[in-house]
Amino acid sequence: MITRPLTRHIDLSRPPYDLAQYEDAGGYSGARKVITGMTPAEGLQLLKDSGLRGRGGAGFPTGMKWSFVPMDKDNKGDKDKKGDKDGDKAPRPKYIVANADEMEPGTFKDRLLMEGCPHLLVEGMLVGGYILQADIGYIFIRGEYVEAAQLLNAAIAECRKKGYLGKHILGGDWSFELHVHTSAGRYICGEETALLNSLEGKRATPRAKPPFPQVSGLWGKPTIVNNVETLCNLPPIIEHGADWFKQLSLTGDAGTKLYGVSGRVNNPGCWELPMGTTARTLIEEHAGGMCDGYQLKTFLPGGGSTPLLLPEHLDTPMDYTEIGKLGSRLGTGTMIVIDDQVDFIGALKNLEHFFSQESCGFCTPCRDGLPWVEKALDNLEHGRGSRADLDWLKRATWMLNMGNTFCAHAPGAMGPLESALKYFPDEFEQRLAQSAARRKSVTEQTAPPDSPLEAPLPNSPLKTHLPNSPLKTHLPNSPLKAP
Amino acid sequence: MTKIIVDDKAYEVPAGNNLLHACLSLGLDLPYFCWHPCLGSVGACRQCAVKQYQDENDSRGRIVMACMTPASEGARISVADPQARDFRAGIIELLMTNHPHDCPVCEEGGECHLQDMTEMSGHTFRRYEQTKRTHRNQYLGPFINHEMNRCIACYRCVRYYQDYAGGSDLQMLGAHHHVYFGRHCDGTLENPFSGNLVEVCPTGVFTDKTFSQDYTRKWDLQCAPSICQHCAVGCNTSPGERYGRLKRIVNRYHNDVNGYFLCDRGRFGYGFVNGDQRLHQVMRRQGGSEETTGQAAQVATAAAGHRALAELLARSDSAVIGSPRTSLENNFALLTAARQHFCGGFSAAEQQIMQTAVTNYRQPDIGIPSPADIETADAILILGEDILNTAPVLALRVRQAVRNRARDLAAAAGIPAWQDAAVQELAQQSRNPLIQLTVDNTDLDAIAAINRQLAPADIARLGFAIAHGINSEAPAPNDLTAAETELADRVCALLNHANRPLVITGTALLSTAVLEAAANIAKSLSRKLDAPCPLHQCLAECNSLGAAMLAADSATLEQTLEGVEDGAIKRLLVLENDLYRRCDSRRLDAALDRLDELIVIDHQWTATAAKADWVLPAATFAESEGTLVNSEARAQRFFAVFPGVADVRAGWQWLTAANPGAWAAIDAVTADRASAETVAVEQVATEKATVGKVAVGKVAVGKVAAGNVTIDAVTKACAASQPLLAQIVAAAPPAEARSQGRQVPRMPHRYSGRTAIRAHINVSEPKQTPDPMSALGFTMEGDPTHLPPALRPSTWAPGWNSNQSIHKFQQEVNGELAGGPSGVRLLDEPAAAAAATWFTEIPPAFRAAGDKLQPVPLYHIFGSEELSQRAEPIQARRPRDYIALHPDDAARLQVCSSDGISFSAAGLEFCLGVRITAALPAGVIGLPMGIGGLTPAALATPLTVTKAFDWQPPPSPGDRAVIASDLAANGGAAP
Repeated sequence: MITRPLTRHIDLSRPPYDLAQYEDAGGYSGARKVITGMTPAEGLQLLKDSGLRGRGGAGFPTGMKWSFVPMDKDNKGDKDKKGDKDGDKAPRPKYIVANADEMEPGTFKDRLLMEGCPHLLVEGMLVGGYILQADIGYIFIRGEYVEAAQLLNAAIAECRKKGYLGKHILGGDWSFELHVHTSAGRYICGEETALLNSLEGKRATPRAKPPFPQVSGLWGKPTIVNNVETLCNLPPIIEHGADWFKQLSLTGDAGTKLYGVSGRVNNPGCWELPMGTTARTLIEEHAGGMCDGYQLKTFLPGGGSTPLLLPEHLDTPMDYTEIGKLGSRLGTGTMIVIDDQVDFIGALKNLEHFFSQESCGFCTPCRDGLPWVEKALDNLEHGRGSRADLDWLKRATWMLNMGNTFCAHAPGAMGPLESALKYFPDEFEQRLAQSAARRKSVTEQTAPPDSPLEAPLPNSPLKTHLPNSPLKTHLPNSPLKAP
Repeated sequence: MTKIIVDDKAYEVPAGNNLLHACLSLGLDLPYFCWHPCLGSVGACRQCAVKQYQDENDSRGRIVMACMTPASEGARISVADPQARDFRAGIIELLMTNHPHDCPVCEEGGECHLQDMTEMSGHTFRRYEQTKRTHRNQYLGPFINHEMNRCIACYRCVRYYQDYAGGSDLQMLGAHHHVYFGRHCDGTLENPFSGNLVEVCPTGVFTDKTFSQDYTRKWDLQCAPSICQHCAVGCNTSPGERYGRLKRIVNRYHNDVNGYFLCDRGRFGYGFVNGDQRLHQVMRRQGGSEETTGQAAQVATAAAGHRALAELLARSDSAVIGSPRTSLENNFALLTAARQHFCGGFSAAEQQIMQTAVTNYRQPDIGIPSPADIETADAILILGEDILNTAPVLALRVRQAVRNRARDLAAAAGIPAWQDAAVQELAQQSRNPLIQLTVDNTDLDAIAAINRQLAPADIARLGFAIAHGINSEAPAPNDLTAAETELADRVCALLNHANRPLVITGTALLSTAVLEAAANIAKSLSRKLDAPCPLHQCLAECNSLGAAMLAADSATLEQTLEGVEDGAIKRLLVLENDLYRRCDSRRLDAALDRLDELIVIDHQWTATAAKADWVLPAATFAESEGTLVNSEARAQRFFAVFPGVADVRAGWQWLTAANPGAWAAIDAVTADRASAETVAVEQVATEKATVGKVAVGKVAVGKVAAGNVTIDAVTKACAASQPLLAQIVAAAPPAEARSQGRQVPRMPHRYSGRTAIRAHINVSEPKQTPDPMSALGFTMEGDPTHLPPALRPSTWAPGWNSNQSIHKFQQEVNGELAGGPSGVRLLDEPAAAAAATWFTEIPPAFRAAGDKLQPVPLYHIFGSEELSQRAEPIQARRPRDYIALHPDDAARLQVCSSDGISFSAAGLEFCLGVRITAALPAGVIGLPMGIGGLTPAALATPLTVTKAFDWQPPPSPGDRAVIASDLAANGGAAP
């Protein structure tokens, strides 16, 4: 029985399988099965029955998502039936897009799939394309994944030659083309509607929903965007069935999951394991435990935008439902481990710097709020913090929350910050105390320090109000200074 | 209608809109930035947050963006909810983290939407102590300043510029909090509607450069409701004055005409009012040269001017010439002064085409679309007219009509029209068909389904063929080429497929056949639609239609010149008309030299004025009242912004003062009639608190007081004289109208320093100039808000200092203004006797006439129009002097694009550079009107052209030397 459907053909010590090798190993049997033996509706039903949830981070049931794509009404040749009109034809062309823009901090699972077995993704696109009766598929791949893009293009060329892509695939009515599109490279391109804009050659700004891409997606046509790992699950589901897929899991969420661990562990990496494996198993068995001299302080369970969890949560099964109960998200399933010796506020600032840089700049809270969050954390990190900084951080977690911003980017950025404020208030208070002490020592000095930036204002009436103001650099010689 | 509940109060709002639209329509205050009534919602700024509740039991609610949430039946929201308020203040706080503290030196200050919204949201204290992001500003040309540090990234500028106006050289660049709105590099913003950025931008990123060079705060500007003078569309404007100078022009909303937008010619072309070509004093020719009389003798000279005028009018050998660029009242006063020898100011060709235009509009099977109606069409045929350059705002309307295909598609897909981004995304490049048959490329080519460039006669023939293709009863041209037949079939297919087809044509080509062909197309479509088919005719000047309606059977310029030549006419009075634009120069020179006396009343120094014995200074639109009839036959009133100085008075004032006896008699008749009728100009009271009533007294309208004729009396008499003009008195309330018992103040109530303006001359403040001519006063006392639209000087509401406040005066957002219509449509009733007949005179196909070239006019938004071409910023944008040739003709003449050619036209010698364009039909020569001294007079006959071996390319445009030479060619040297 197959237990690692996604990685069974992957061996990084050799080049990935070409088409012949992949077929010898049983590849494309899922695609053959669905195209020659099933209707699109049967394929979709199987997908729904399997319980597959999207692996990109949100965990939305794939079958349900796909059921919103308009399909041609099948009138079985009865021309007199009322439904046999243009209105019952789905808009054309329809698109299926693989989101291979893997940019989430700490995440490297799709890269493994694409570099280890590119034909699995191509087969997944083929299966998905058939079920949706899509005309064109795109693999939207992160620009830095040069090798993966080359491998996918080679695989697509092989498939085209073999007749898996093109007109009348496997002798049927269905035709399908597949292209690799290299991303121009921003984190927001991974947001499915921003991805579509980027694919159209526009700015990668997310779109308002509704309308959802299933109705008006790429170039205004019905479109499905799914993560690479999600699509790679399709061929084995078709081949082995829904029940097999469900029993792979340890918990209620079906299938296997590519889990990853990064941080100060002995053996960071990425593994395909049954869904619901605990964080403790991941860290202690697969990642070889924490490095010598380091203790686990906290971890982000599924990439940079997932709220922090604590050591006490290590035994929770890592699936969408259970992690969700803890107020965090499984995300991409690739955890970032934070140890006890890292500069916690600095790490947090680093993370928020990333989100601030990667804001597309469209909506106000995200565009102007995240830089302020970053600056407030920077103040705390460097001993210049004030109570106002902390107040703003707390307010930001409300201002930038889901629904208040245009897309999920800023709420994602607030996930780690909000959980940090909840679980580690002392870290912030401690930095505040250090900042206050530093200010006190600076103001008590009689001789000016070397740096003009640090020039004290012993007698300035302004000092109590503007301890961090950039104004202070201008004031030492100002007439405002008291004698 | 849909019921929504706002803060526990139930309201009825029109269905299908979003909550922001609904709240603003209800008169509620809800701050916003990224939404614009014309641009729809995108949800970028998050400023219009409100609390939405599921039902009356839901006490928690959730924050939603009003602009992105449908106003669905029973929607329950709170604007006042503390959390929503806190969120809105928080958004402003975030926007302000990067906004500079430069309000005191920012030109937007005092009419800044960002200021208003900041006040409204209650963000009063700055907590952000970090550094701000800064940007480098760009040079964007002569119209617009750029100050990117003020940007709050609402995305409205690019959405307006790219999506609405079709521009491509203003983009959003960069990312995160460094998003930048500008060009790829410094340079002129090319779109001819770029000036609207000044009003679209909610803060001071894009400001009016012409205004900033002569700056005054909005609250210090004296304003009046006005009508643009630079084409026949009749956009409503609000010009502002201080210190006797016209400072700027901004848009004045009119739902049916210009909506929220003006073209750059209308906005930046006002310089002629202040310019050095402006006439302020009576001048008399002495010993062959003109000299201004000394200051001490000035009063006497004005009186002498009056005397000279009276003497001329009293003689039977005098003729008078009116003008299509001045008001009905001025023309009517002239007509009254000398009915026997009145010329409307049109050349014979113009007269013929204008009368055809009037006839077309009076046909029962032809409807007259307003500019706003154009947006509702689902297929548009443009016959002969380059509308972007002759009627610019119509081009903006056509652009929306073409885009509106997206809204139909969205409606079918269940996407509301206000979801701007989603609608565009769905539609992609789907457009309603636009068909253009013109002589040269146009700016609308890129969005048109069919473009074909033809000689004017061939445009008309194809038009006749299209009419015949739609309805076979219409006469068909014979011997069409196969290509023409195929093209006509394609056009017919598109028009036949449409539910709301519309035809646009115009007089720019001076081809009556084109107008007749357009009428036939409209007639055949109307048979198919079983309703009048809309036909819009673009006209040349701001009052072309009014002058044509007033002087239907008057003499043409040619006939008047014949009178001069045969000695019947010895004296001539010309009102605001430069005859050299319309007549052959050599013939005109000779005729004017034969005259015993020539008097010119004008506000500009022109070539005609240079020939005059007396020049009497006229008031411009900025210093006088008047009525103009636009190209859809809408009579609209403009009001003086400020009193004229020195000898300046309106044309009708010069003329009525010269003949007081006649006017007293006319006035007695009209006054009697007026007092017999009950003059009830009661304004519609609507739900909105801001709309009040304007009371009109029992005083007889326009009564002559102490021998002074009022403009209302002239308007009234004009209306009485010509049945087609009978309704013009209703274009605006009369002078007796009062708001809250007072005249309407032209100055804002915050007008500052009034007592100090003249303090350098005299510390005692003079009495304010009275204005007996209109319902407006040169004052700041009075009610600035409760006004009928025709009298509203500028747009302002408490808490809304910018033009965004317009929604406080609309019945519904994007709807008609509350308080009754502004202006009145004159030709909606078809002529009683008009029968639905076809035009049958089909011109022969165009054949190149041997080695002669047929002149065709080309138009440029910047440079072709007579008055705006005198404004410096417009001059900076005008093209270099040129003529256009087809490559075949260029080859025959052995010229290339770096050569010049010379030819003689309208009695003048021209030597101009060649522009070779394959779009132009072979056998014609394109003459850019207003460029290089070329005027409509040069179009009269085919031209013999030769290569000019000594031609040198002129310096680049914008150079002052070029401007001066151009003006010299057009209107002689400055006085």
